[in-house]
Amino acid sequence: MTELKNVEQEVGRFRMRLAAAATFVLFAFGLLGARLVYLQIYKHEELSTQAENNRITVVPIVPNRGLILDRNGIVLANNYSAYTLELTPSKIDDLEGTIDRLAALVAIEPRDRKRFKRLMEENKSFESLPIRTKLSDDEVARFTAQRFMFTGVDIKARLFRNYPLGQVGSHLIGYIGRINDKDVERIGEWDETANYKGSDYIGKVGIELSYERELHGTTGWEEVEVDANGRAVRTLSRTAPIAGSNLKLSLDVKLQKVAEAAFGDRRGALVAIDPNNGDVLAFVSKPGFDPNLFVDGIDPASWQEYNESPDKPLLNRPLRGAYPPGSTIKPFLALAALSSGKRTASQAIFDPGFFQIPGQAHRFRDDKPGGHGTVDMYKSIVVSCDTYYYMLANETDIDDTARFLSALGFGRKTGLDIEGELTGTLPSREWKRQRFAGKNYRDEHRKWYLGDSISAGIGQGYNSFTPIQLAHAIATVANNGVAYTPHLVKSVENLKSGEVREIARDSAVNLGLRPEHLAVIRNALVGVNKEGTSAAAFRNAGYVSGGKTGTAQVFSLKGEKYAEHKVDERLRDHAWFIAYAPADKPTIALAVLVENGGFGAQAAAPIARKVLDQYLVGNTQPGAAPVVQDRPGDDESD
Amino acid sequence: MLSLVARIWEALTRRIDRMLFACALAIVGVGLVTLFSAADQSIPRVTTQLASFAFSIALMWLFANIPPQTLARAAVPLYVVAVLMLVGVALFGVVVNGSRRWLNFGVARFQPSELMKIALPLMLAWYFQKHEGRIGWWDFALAAALIIAPVYLIKRQPDLGTSLLIAASGLYVLYLAGLSWKIMVGLAALGAAAGPFVWQHLHDYQRERILTFIDPTRDPLGAGYHSSQASIALGSGGVVGKGWLNGTQTHLDFLTERHTDFIFAVFGEEFGLIGNAVLLILYLLVIGRGLVIAANASTLFARLLAGAITLMFFTYAFVNMGMVSGLLPVVGVPLPLVSYGGTAMVSLFIGLGVLMSVQAHRKLVAT
Repeated sequence: MTELKNVEQEVGRFRMRLAAAATFVLFAFGLLGARLVYLQIYKHEELSTQAENNRITVVPIVPNRGLILDRNGIVLANNYSAYTLELTPSKIDDLEGTIDRLAALVAIEPRDRKRFKRLMEENKSFESLPIRTKLSDDEVARFTAQRFMFTGVDIKARLFRNYPLGQVGSHLIGYIGRINDKDVERIGEWDETANYKGSDYIGKVGIELSYERELHGTTGWEEVEVDANGRAVRTLSRTAPIAGSNLKLSLDVKLQKVAEAAFGDRRGALVAIDPNNGDVLAFVSKPGFDPNLFVDGIDPASWQEYNESPDKPLLNRPLRGAYPPGSTIKPFLALAALSSGKRTASQAIFDPGFFQIPGQAHRFRDDKPGGHGTVDMYKSIVVSCDTYYYMLANETDIDDTARFLSALGFGRKTGLDIEGELTGTLPSREWKRQRFAGKNYRDEHRKWYLGDSISAGIGQGYNSFTPIQLAHAIATVANNGVAYTPHLVKSVENLKSGEVREIARDSAVNLGLRPEHLAVIRNALVGVNKEGTSAAAFRNAGYVSGGKTGTAQVFSLKGEKYAEHKVDERLRDHAWFIAYAPADKPTIALAVLVENGGFGAQAAAPIARKVLDQYLVGNTQPGAAPVVQDRPGDDESD
Repeated sequence: MLSLVARIWEALTRRIDRMLFACALAIVGVGLVTLFSAADQSIPRVTTQLASFAFSIALMWLFANIPPQTLARAAVPLYVVAVLMLVGVALFGVVVNGSRRWLNFGVARFQPSELMKIALPLMLAWYFQKHEGRIGWWDFALAAALIIAPVYLIKRQPDLGTSLLIAASGLYVLYLAGLSWKIMVGLAALGAAAGPFVWQHLHDYQRERILTFIDPTRDPLGAGYHSSQASIALGSGGVVGKGWLNGTQTHLDFLTERHTDFIFAVFGEEFGLIGNAVLLILYLLVIGRGLVIAANASTLFARLLAGAITLMFFTYAFVNMGMVSGLLPVVGVPLPLVSYGGTAMVSLFIGLGVLMSVQAHRKLVAT
């Protein structure tokens, strides 16, 4: 009985325990249910978004960059597709080791490693960065077979910018390079951040820089479903990219090549313009560089070479080289004198070989000892008589001169359509006040002296202008005083619509110069090439041309007569030449500068001759222009 | 003829509990449907699971027809063999993935901890039955020793999850046998106090799991990945789910272990809250039925065994779903009758068979 009771008691207690357990079970499942309600109702929207984000990736499709063509359709910049070997540093534990192992499969030079290191410093670690570009088919195959051993390493097909002509026109075409922090800011200012998603490159210099937004195109998008490993499973939607517009330049590459070759290994600049519309026909800066080296980040050795060379191959000389104009300024000053009435064409002075400011002992020398004798305006230009211009400067207020030259474009940006143009220096009273405004200068430094005017009167002193300014000015004279803004890009061709848009130009500006004044000057310029300082360079030319030589002093030899052979090459004078042709109806005007070339007639004029021959006759022998030795009279100055 | 068939059928199904079997069948059905989706519509996966299922049913039938007393006689030898095998594992075990869990018998490898899942509650139920009516504290002390020995051996394999589950199965028996609440509360307090000490002895990956459980965003691509992707799968399923075979988390590989431990996330993503509710109710029915069987069992041995088996079934279901939904830290426990895997299926159906046996044999003993 007691046992049965005990058993009943025990069963009762057991059932109590079971009931407690059942309560716990219900509680636990209630908790689970609550959790599921929380996830599947309360958090449903948020987690659905996360699932969609997991699933869908938007992949930008980079548009093809527009081509750059010369006026005859010759390709100056294009794209080609190649394979690159890329590493994503954040996905790789042992970067050095991985690169070492890769080097067993594909050729990786020390310079590739160096460049990769630089890219790593400039980019975020989760970005895919190329260690090798332009893999051969063999290399691609070898890596693909071993791919499973390399996490964070990929082969990608990418479009590369290519400049098929190498150094030719490098300064005007420029180059593209990887987008850096500064570029990102620039893109932000354009409000184009979305459009540059996926773009790795951007124009850095030259037309590639200035026309970046035309060339880049519109990025397309692909919505892709991806799995957990990031592999694309299928495409959900696609918006095709729109390729960048093609640019057609006014440049004539054949002429450009002749011009560049004519320099040989001399340094300098040349700008040739069609005076009738401002088309830039040739734009030379010597030495040049190979823009292809910059596309993937230039290797340190080449960079050092370019950057530290005393020849400054990266300097865009036509645009950013400011040089005293020397005697090339004389025709413009003569034109100013005609316009202001300070001189007539026939009015002559007597040149004793020097000029003295009344009451002062200092003699401003003419190059020809004993002087040129009686000199009128024609002769002043043809023989480049300094005394004529000393006297003119003595009688002319510098501010009037500055105003006239400014209208011709001196000391102002010409407005060429690539960035970085310098203004040069067009001296005036106001300019000098500002130039010497600092605390280190006293009032006597800021004052304009007559001596300043005299030096400026032959293109020395404070004057300094860029080759493009001189080319622009001579083109304006050649076009009877109607100035066009020079430009490199003629038209923009939208590939999608096929629409060709001529780049809108500032309308021509008529400077209001009197035809009879222009005629005097142009007659004298023709005389220079016929019987003047550059006659030797233009002997037997198949056309009539106008020109003017010039020599810009680099180094002032006090009291001593300048003797070329005695002076270090780097301190020699710069040689200038400006020209246009044909004389009666000019189709080309140009300015040539040869750094440390000595007399303009010797070094610069023959280069101009080659370019004009090529453009007007088309029979140029390729190669460097000769240095003319037989000058018409030893005593002739320029 | 018809009556013969009917009689054979009656003989076959006499000891099969209709409700338990129907619910289990429904859950297995859910499992197969989900597995087909989780395994990317792989027919072999599903047929393998079906084969396990068929084999399991046979074993269930077998155990349903073995009277509980017979099982009680097997308790001691089974426990001794299981412990010896665990010792064998410690001495000559095969190391897989850094854990020494397997014994190699030449033809097949065997994981003795699986056997212990059944052997321990059987042993304890047998022990308390033997001392029925005069159970004192020393019996509980001895039972504790019987629990601690295998739990320690499994823990040092190392396999913390399984050792905890086996400890739980033993503790359920102690609880049902009437272990005083005071001692249980005392043990719980002791356990809490030992927390920092245990923490010191955990492996790095185990600590990582616990830290990740507390804050899954700590390392969303590393240790927290499974957990947060499973939550995303469940949550994005919403009320009605994305539909069968349409789970994006599932089919784009975001869910790992999706046909085994994380299959509940697949189910929840494709069938939503409604599907989950149905599954939870099916589990509750199985557990409820198990508890009723335990309550009505005629011997202490049968009561303890049935109760422990039912509570273990609950534990597996709750721990798995709790882990997948982010309620509990990640431990390697399959979802009962749903997750892919033959061993678990077989063990679970044997457990159900034992429950059916307890139910079927109760009157016989009672009268």
